[in-house]
Amino acid sequence: MSEFIPDIKAFCCHYTSQQTCADNGENLQKSGFPGNVSLHRVPCTGKLQVSTLLKAFEEGADGVYVVGCPVNKCHNVKGSQRAAKRVAAVQKALGELAVEPERIRMYHLERGFHPEFVAAAQEMDKLVKALGPCPFKGEAQ
Amino acid sequence: MIIAERKPIGEILDMIRDCDRVLLLGCRGCVTVCSAGGEREVEILASLLKLGRKKEGRPVEIVEGTLVRQCDREYIAGLAQWDGQYDAVLSMACGVGVNFIANLRPATVVFPAVNTSFFGGSATQGVWTEQCAGCGNCILHLTGGLCPVARCAKSLMNGPCGGSQNARCEINPNVDCVWQLIHDRLGRINRAEQMLQIAPIRDWQSAGHGGPRQVVRDDLIV
Repeated sequence: MSEFIPDIKAFCCHYTSQQTCADNGENLQKSGFPGNVSLHRVPCTGKLQVSTLLKAFEEGADGVYVVGCPVNKCHNVKGSQRAAKRVAAVQKALGELAVEPERIRMYHLERGFHPEFVAAAQEMDKLVKALGPCPFKGEAQ
Repeated sequence: MIIAERKPIGEILDMIRDCDRVLLLGCRGCVTVCSAGGEREVEILASLLKLGRKKEGRPVEIVEGTLVRQCDREYIAGLAQWDGQYDAVLSMACGVGVNFIANLRPATVVFPAVNTSFFGGSATQGVWTEQCAGCGNCILHLTGGLCPVARCAKSLMNGPCGGSQNARCEINPNVDCVWQLIHDRLGRINRAEQMLQIAPIRDWQSAGHGGPRQVVRDDLIV
């Protein structure tokens, strides 16, 4: 049986991902950032709607995570706090549908290309691999 | 405004279990303002229902729509634009909207997606509190503008009761005793003597205890 490679979508704000995506992401690839994690940049994670996060699951994501500024250091003051609330709302909704709420997670990271940015992706990759395919795909046992 | 709250997803999925196509219908009235059933909530619930049904291995088609209001005949008539596209309407309006669809569309199956909670307002962002019970016989002029029918656990007309402790209600220490609030407010606006007026035994017919209510305005009927 082939290894399960999860489809993971990461929504990152402009500030936390700016340097990460420089050089066409070459440094990102060299750093060990999982290739199955797709980056979706938004001006501010506070702009992310619950429906956008749910759409990611509709489109086949096995896991979703959001990377925003540190709680009290958001460029847009409360953007990452809003994002965290919306991630929590999706976690609650997943729970209502009897799907693992940990398939979506919020990270608050400093600006710049830090090892933590890669570590977050690796952590989600490991977590979702352990969970298996998302039940919304109709492939789970 | 009318405050509502979305029902648990499992309950909604159970309602539509026999449907292959659902018209998820929002309302731009009160439920939009209280973030329970406007366009944004329609979009979210549509996703959740599609995901839930996909998980069950029985995909469902959700048609999304929103009416200006669901409590007026002329707007309900707008449902015609989706004729033939759904097996049932799942209304995100308050109970009035669901009833109006049932009244005006005899052959349409309609389900409620929200629980209609109360008449209230937004105390702070994300928090709504009950302020009015719609009892049909307003006495706010006697109580400093604060409603004992809606905000006293016993709807007392001559409060406070013995359960008022440290300005809180005995049912919950986080709930203000509205009669304490009334007392304090009447004092502040130099109308404390109103507390001495004894309210007579109340006729609750206007509150719905005499059956469904209606308001008729002959001057508006042509």
